[in-house]
Amino acid sequence: MSAAPAIELREVFKSFGKTQIIRGVNLAIGRGERHAIIGPNGAGKSTLFNLVSGRFPVSSGTICLNGADITGLKPYQINRRGLSRSFQITNIFHRMTVFENLRCAVLWSLGYRYSFWQAVNGLRDANERAAEVMEGIGLARRRDALAGLLSYAEQRALEIGITIAGGAEVILLDEPTAGMNRSEAAHAVDLIRRVTAGRTLVMVEHDMGVVFDLADRISVLVYGEVIATDAPAAIRANAAVQEAYLGTAANSH
Amino acid sequence: MNGAVLRFKPLNVGRYVTWGLFALVLVLAPVAFPQGFAITMMSQMGIWIIFALSYNMLLGQTGLLSFGHAVYSGLGAYFSIHVLNMIGAGAFAFPVTLLPLLGGLFGLLFGVLFGYVTTRKSGVAFAMISLGLGEMVFAASLMFPSFFGGEGGISANRMVGKPFLGITYGPAIQVYYLIAVWTFAAVAAMFALTRTPLGRIANAVRDNPERAEFVGYSTHMVRFLMFALSGFFAGLAGGLSAINYEIVAAESVSAQRSGGVLLAAYIGGVGFFFGPVIGAIVFTFFVVYIAGLTKAWLLYLGLFFMAIVMFAPGGIASIVLMNLNVAKHGLFGRLWKPYGWVAAAGLLAFLGFVAVVEMTYHLSDTGGGTMKLFGLSFEVKSLAPWLAALATLGAGGFLYRLAWNRFRGEWDDIQRIIAEKAP
Repeated sequence: MSAAPAIELREVFKSFGKTQIIRGVNLAIGRGERHAIIGPNGAGKSTLFNLVSGRFPVSSGTICLNGADITGLKPYQINRRGLSRSFQITNIFHRMTVFENLRCAVLWSLGYRYSFWQAVNGLRDANERAAEVMEGIGLARRRDALAGLLSYAEQRALEIGITIAGGAEVILLDEPTAGMNRSEAAHAVDLIRRVTAGRTLVMVEHDMGVVFDLADRISVLVYGEVIATDAPAAIRANAAVQEAYLGTAANSH
Repeated sequence: MNGAVLRFKPLNVGRYVTWGLFALVLVLAPVAFPQGFAITMMSQMGIWIIFALSYNMLLGQTGLLSFGHAVYSGLGAYFSIHVLNMIGAGAFAFPVTLLPLLGGLFGLLFGVLFGYVTTRKSGVAFAMISLGLGEMVFAASLMFPSFFGGEGGISANRMVGKPFLGITYGPAIQVYYLIAVWTFAAVAAMFALTRTPLGRIANAVRDNPERAEFVGYSTHMVRFLMFALSGFFAGLAGGLSAINYEIVAAESVSAQRSGGVLLAAYIGGVGFFFGPVIGAIVFTFFVVYIAGLTKAWLLYLGLFFMAIVMFAPGGIASIVLMNLNVAKHGLFGRLWKPYGWVAAAGLLAFLGFVAVVEMTYHLSDTGGGTMKLFGLSFEVKSLAPWLAALATLGAGGFLYRLAWNRFRGEWDDIQRIIAEKAP
């Protein structure tokens, strides 16, 4: 078993027109690590996620997943290699039930591909896996509710459920607690900790409480560059980080 | 364990009952309506049920708005009629009973061919490409008369090959039952398809293509497969129409037919599997029956379509389901009277409207003279019938508003009660 990191970015650049958003990011995230990416608004955190998950192509540089180059692959190809992501703005299948959302999220990973010769209700493993995830995210009693009619917190939970249902080894969560109140966020953190146990987790998060609670290591992204990557305590003590980001955040609270 | 079994049973029984009833209706329809006219119309309904359902595999299930679906049914029909002619000429032997399957395979072939390119796009771009492709095939049908038969089309005789158990497909009733069997099989197959991994992922792609990509699915591949399979069922409907009419002309690949199937599916309701079945029946009724009564049938169909789009965007199926929901809660009794008033006022307004339309048509056609309408004979250029018609329309419209407001109040109240009952 090689010790290749779960995710590795080498000299990654991304421009939209003349605007450079990501300016030479180098980052290695180990397997099983819980890694948080923080930074001020507009630092390029979501863009970084979009590059890693294949939503946008990179302008230059290389991205590797478990040592294999995934630069330029389509989102579904990257997903099939074991990377799954959630979205900052809830991205679910609105006109389908909770259960159906989760079942759709497990079908490919269980090898059913584009089958049109098997009845989906008869796929025992898919149904069991979907039910298990539904239980795990606490939506079992909303099984047959349409996803579009769920409360905001429930939709966020479903969003995480869809992301982890396929059993991907690497999970990217984009602001999983955005828009939640304290108790909802605490509940979400608990959920994230449970469902990502034993997997590699990378998350973008604004809530510093959540970040320092969950992360093994933290990267600070400022104007498209990673200015520090370290353990939470060291990040808190880092002068450059304090100046660029935490200082202002600490003052405002 | 026991509870699970008990919970499952009624569902399955319900399904057997539904499909059993569907089969029974198909079998008994010609007994109930044995007139030649009715048999012809019901044959056409069967073909349109398959066609509209195949269209809804795209629109309702995958979220693809196509303006060129007639291409696949039409080409399936053209190839079928050529095969029919070849069988007739003794080139080879093939049972006519299975000819629709060949039509389906040709539909599938063109679905694969054109679909691979067109399904790279979705949304407006897909709609525009489908329109362009439809026009292209229609133009080709007039450019290559040796295959398409030009304006006159290609005709054939369906009574070819050896009769099997006395079935020659000479009498219309035999063709009806051929269509009925294929309709049942195709509807069952298309329903089963909605409950497969591909069927469900197609819904996911419809709802949120981006998310579907992030759970491992290529949206292009999903759209392409659904498109190709939809082409198969459209081609099947085309094969049946070749047998039914014994002629296939350029009209069968026309934009008019592509628009027709969109209308049929939408009127029935694209959000429900059985919606297009209802739509196909209503649409065929318009095309065959109403068209036989009045020249203005297309106007009535267009207005009906507009009314559905504006007031019941879920189609007839959604109206049926909403009322069933009221009945399930035992509250339908409260609606009888309001419905009665709405129907009576609506009928009055409708009669006035029809009178105005028909008199206008008659006037523009003949420039005057006597006309017959609703059993009355009158001079179309005189003032009295116009005043009577407009007065009926006005009074009907006024009463309709009153009746509708009353109905609406009752309906909203019932919905509130149902919502409060929900857990």
